[in-house]
Amino acid sequence: MMTLKVNGQDHQIDADPDTPLLYVLRDDIKLNAAKFGCGLGQCGSCTVIIDGKAVLSCVTPLLLLEGKQVTTLEGLGTVEAPAPIQRAFMEEQAAQCGYCIAGMMMRAQALLQRNSKPTDEQIRAELEPNLCRCGTHMRILRAVHRAARLMDTADASPAGTRSAR
Amino acid sequence: MTGSSRIIASVVVVILIAGAVVGFAVAWRPAIAAIEPPAPQSFDPALVKRGRDLAAIGNCNDCHTVRGGKSFAGGLPVPTPFGIIFSSNITPDPETGIGRWPETAFRRAMRSGVDRDGRHLYPTFPYDHFTNVTDADDQALYAYLMTRPPVHAPARANRLSFPLDQRVVVAGWKLLFLHRGSYQPDSTKSAEWNRGAYLVEGLAHCGACHTPRNALGAERATAQFAGGDVDSWKAYAINGQSPAPVPWDAEALFSYLRQGWQPDHGVARGPMAEVVSNLSSVSESDVHAIATYMAGVFGTPTPERKRRGEEVLAQAQKPELKSPAPANQAGASIYAAACATCHETGRPLPYGGVNLGLSTAISDPDPRNAANIVLSGVREVEGERSPIMPGFAASMDDSQVAALLNYLRARFSNQPAWTGVEKTVEDARRTQTVFLQTSPGPHNSPADPTQRDKP
Amino acid sequence: MTDPVILDRRSVLAGGGALIVSFSLTDAFAQDQAPAPAPAPSPPGSLKKTPMLDSWIRIDADGSMTVFTGKAELGQGFKTAFQQIAAEELDVPFGSLTVVTADTGRTANEGYTAGSHSMQDSGTAIQNAAAQVRELLVAEAARRLDLPVENLRTENGAVIASDGRRLSYGELVAGDMLHVKAQATSRLKDPATFKVMGQPVPRVDIPGKVTGGAAYVQDMRLSGMVHARIVRPPSYGAELIDCDTSAVEKMPGVVKVVRDGNFLAVAAKGEFQAVKAMAALAAAAKWKETAHLPNQDDLLAVVTGLPSQDSTIFQRSNPAAVGQKTIEATYTRPYQSHGSIGPSCAVAQSVDGAMTVWTHTQGVYPDRQAIAEMLRVPLPSVRLIHVEGSGCYGHNGADDAAADAALIARAMPGVPVRVQWMREQEHSWEPFGPAMVTRLKASLDSNGAIADWNFEVWSNTHSMRPGGAGALLAAQHMAQPFAPPPPKPLPLPEGGGDRNAIPLYTFPNAHIVHHFIPAMPLRISAMRGLGAYHNVFSIESFMDELATAAGADPVEFRLKHLEDTRGREVIAKAAEGFGWRKGQQAPQGRGYGFAFARYKNLAAYCAIATEIEVNSETGRPRLVRAVAAVDSGQVVNPNGLTNQIEGAIMQSMSWTLYEAVTFDDTRITSIDWQTYPILRFNSAPDSIEVHIINRPGLPFLGSGETGQGPAAASIANAIAHATGKRLRNLPLTRKRIKDAIDA
Repeated sequence: MMTLKVNGQDHQIDADPDTPLLYVLRDDIKLNAAKFGCGLGQCGSCTVIIDGKAVLSCVTPLLLLEGKQVTTLEGLGTVEAPAPIQRAFMEEQAAQCGYCIAGMMMRAQALLQRNSKPTDEQIRAELEPNLCRCGTHMRILRAVHRAARLMDTADASPAGTRSAR
Repeated sequence: MTGSSRIIASVVVVILIAGAVVGFAVAWRPAIAAIEPPAPQSFDPALVKRGRDLAAIGNCNDCHTVRGGKSFAGGLPVPTPFGIIFSSNITPDPETGIGRWPETAFRRAMRSGVDRDGRHLYPTFPYDHFTNVTDADDQALYAYLMTRPPVHAPARANRLSFPLDQRVVVAGWKLLFLHRGSYQPDSTKSAEWNRGAYLVEGLAHCGACHTPRNALGAERATAQFAGGDVDSWKAYAINGQSPAPVPWDAEALFSYLRQGWQPDHGVARGPMAEVVSNLSSVSESDVHAIATYMAGVFGTPTPERKRRGEEVLAQAQKPELKSPAPANQAGASIYAAACATCHETGRPLPYGGVNLGLSTAISDPDPRNAANIVLSGVREVEGERSPIMPGFAASMDDSQVAALLNYLRARFSNQPAWTGVEKTVEDARRTQTVFLQTSPGPHNSPADPTQRDKP
Repeated sequence: MTDPVILDRRSVLAGGGALIVSFSLTDAFAQDQAPAPAPAPSPPGSLKKTPMLDSWIRIDADGSMTVFTGKAELGQGFKTAFQQIAAEELDVPFGSLTVVTADTGRTANEGYTAGSHSMQDSGTAIQNAAAQVRELLVAEAARRLDLPVENLRTENGAVIASDGRRLSYGELVAGDMLHVKAQATSRLKDPATFKVMGQPVPRVDIPGKVTGGAAYVQDMRLSGMVHARIVRPPSYGAELIDCDTSAVEKMPGVVKVVRDGNFLAVAAKGEFQAVKAMAALAAAAKWKETAHLPNQDDLLAVVTGLPSQDSTIFQRSNPAAVGQKTIEATYTRPYQSHGSIGPSCAVAQSVDGAMTVWTHTQGVYPDRQAIAEMLRVPLPSVRLIHVEGSGCYGHNGADDAAADAALIARAMPGVPVRVQWMREQEHSWEPFGPAMVTRLKASLDSNGAIADWNFEVWSNTHSMRPGGAGALLAAQHMAQPFAPPPPKPLPLPEGGGDRNAIPLYTFPNAHIVHHFIPAMPLRISAMRGLGAYHNVFSIESFMDELATAAGADPVEFRLKHLEDTRGREVIAKAAEGFGWRKGQQAPQGRGYGFAFARYKNLAAYCAIATEIEVNSETGRPRLVRAVAAVDSGQVVNPNGLTNQIEGAIMQSMSWTLYEAVTFDDTRITSIDWQTYPILRFNSAPDSIEVHIINRPGLPFLGSGETGQGPAAASIANAIAHATGKRLRNLPLTRKRIKDAIDA
């Protein structure tokens, strides 16, 4: 039995300590955003944020996570009150099948949390571990730029108060 | 002033002036007149091709290119114990590159470490090795560089503190450590060995990374190939003190250098990735020569080492988990959960995780490389079939990485425990970012050249 | 070559274009064509097969409205587009509609969501059905209010009389009012009055996808659901000779091990428990491998060496046109993988003999038939419901995962079973896009025009569906297996290996041959674009080679041979948007390329201009920018269309520069992203611009596959322009470019 902090809430997890975080998020806590794409750390669909850094949850066993804060896309905002990154992706319609998008957004969010004004070069370099097969790359880049702008002005708006720490 | 003190004063003055004259004579080099940039068509294509191959052996593009920049346009920050040196622009750009250099100037730079203006070059540019290169090979290299696309990229200022930022001090360094002249063959050895020696001691400049340096930053002549540093990585000892669990021989070295991986040792990553990426395009005979020469440097393994190597290989076939010592329980769990899923499948290299019993990183006295790899993994090479290992910097804290490393050391080597692992990990976190951000990265990847490998 | 005037439906229909929309335009918004009398009284699009209006539109007494489509949302934005169409023709607020997609229990049978047919088939059906439903509602209102129809109008889900009286649709609908057959023609709205159609309405599914809503079959969680994993054979045709399952059965969480011939699977309560059990089961399985795969390094010889059924698919002769300069070229394409980001998944549950499968198959009806056949049960006892998966780009592992789930669910009655394929399994077992070879030979006359055109294409079929049970892996591997069906070529004008083999250009002499190869050394089926990707790559590369031989500008050269006006406009638009100038010089190390095609010569038109930079040291190509123009008829959602074209360019670039399935003598070796690399972010260009030529009132033209072929050729042409070397063997890898530069 282990306590796992996800999106600000404590969860009691009864899974083997070697269980990858991805399965715990999806099956035990019933969160949808982080996806199974490869289970090998090669595609980024499973990306979440742990203590402010982007992490591939499919290769992160539970036993590493004692005392750490896990943030998933669900923790950033909702349809009614979306975080800047979620608003940006909606406004740019930055998705085709959408399967890779949650992972993209979490990696971008981690970048924006530590570098609020990334250059285009930096965004591309940051997103390198994340694959998109539909070819939505240009929109994803535009959405991340947009999110950076939104975060800049987000402090006043209600949505901004929900952006992840 | 008394007569004797006047004489002493005069002698001192004469000595000072003589010293200054000598020093000046030692330090001063004339400028070589600039030329009009030679037309690329004026170079013989066969010569250019030879120069290309030589430049690949010399790994020139690796230091003279920065990530995001154009090939050979310089700008790569090279950390040294004395400060940061930025590599220069060696494209034939007339203003910011070597476009106005005649061949004599280029040869002088390679031979003596002096630029066209007569300024001394910092030995980060390893002319202590390149001095061995023949005139003919310099000519080919010149032809190659002068036919590259010129790139306007002004040099970045080095970050050295006084007095090291005064180039004249390099003159003194050269007096002590630069032995000019080209390679002299050893008639008791084969042609292939001599070719290898010429390349290794010269263009390939292996010792520049793999030999420890003294306080003045020069390679220690009595400790050739005994191991050195490059960026935040340890360049292993590649002589008789090699820490590799399975001893290297010429065949294995050839495979490794040519393909970028070898089944009994692993995959070339870190700074070596770019080296093997270049060597994959060079003639097989030259790589064979290098391997032959280096096999001699490694020397014949002792019976004990040989036996240990066979034991390690046998164990790698069927990895059995002996119960970890209580001290390593945390590390054992981390290994089982995060690493074994790729490193114990038996999937062959270069795409399967190497069996860690074969890993030199774990057997080396220095835990840096193991820390680097655990933290940053192995990054994909865009567009190439290449091994990908996730990094664990974001999911493991320092104590977790340290626990893992200590476990790996205990389980997969027969060497004494590392010390100061947590500090190594802490430092590695910091330095790794810089390396990954600035190094241009390999353009080729370790792959079975026939692309017919089994999974 | 087709006739330049595309709206001459009579000739198209007479030519056997069975899947062409029978679309009737009334005088009100016919373009420059006189309306032709309908040759047959069948309603348009999929209404022909499913004519009852309430199969498409349902209105409940409380006013809630549902649109049914037999097509599936694959990530193209169809749910949204269909909702726009229905909202427009019904005159209801966009948000008041719900769209229900492919479900054998609820929607029409529209075959596969494939071939860029969805707009043409389903969009058209929905548009007409909605228009006719509106007419019926207005007629009913007229009856009740005792007013002439002319005094009534519709707005916001109600019929409003000129005197202000108002009846909502919910009030109007009664009994089986909508249970009537569709008419052959409809009073469609004037495009000039469109409020929703043609607007960039935001997709209805994106908000959920960016906030963690349940959106995919992978997100399904049914009560009591177990997790299953398959242990697939190591190679084609391998036989399971021994497997001691006893240890696996005792592993934590394991509820069942299923073994049926060579079909081996394990189900467990927890997902990771299933993964571990799968690994143990795989280790316990002993296989006898029998596969002999061909030499992957010489696919040209392999493909052209296999027996083929040859047919001349186009022939034209004009002896007056004489060629003086002849050139020829051969182009090859390797096997390529769909590479879906999300490996295939399905959930199945068998309750009292009724099997329900939730699946991301492109075709719920054919897959249902195949599964029923596999299970040897009556068809009505099986229901397939489409739930989104990740992009499939054709026939990937989805249909097979559905069959796997059904087979395991049958062994565990009442229990919902979720099957998730592993990455390696998706890469190894999905049916690939087949290897192809094309050989072209053409001659130029004294005016630099093409006098003579010869084209041959060698290819497998490009679809093993519908194939009944025999097309399903599980059925092939069962103890009482089903044999794979014999492959058949897809008929023209759509074609398979010969899709887009007939160029849209007009040549005085032309001879086009399709060498259909039945033998399939590797498992293959439909991949986005089918044969069009390689055929357009070949034709458009060769057009450039001819232009060079003629000393002509590539754009001018194409226009010289193209009569189709819409095609000419798309070419002009892309060239203009790019800033294409005859005789232009690219900066050092860069090149410009151009390409054009009309997908299937029936669907959307697309022209693409590209600028590529090639690093002469490493050979690495980089797309700097791309400018595309597309004509897809009446545009429903311009944002969705742009998204598809941008995506087509990126996806095609990945195929073209990187992708080849690899294999040794026995097994597929490209089994993950290490060994089958695809495009990553640092290869994304500086910009992609898409210019849409909207054709209000004209038929919808499928656009999901129109960009891939032109993108490939445009990139190849730009590389040739940059380096002076022509590469003809896909993929155009860095190493191949480097070797060509160095040669």
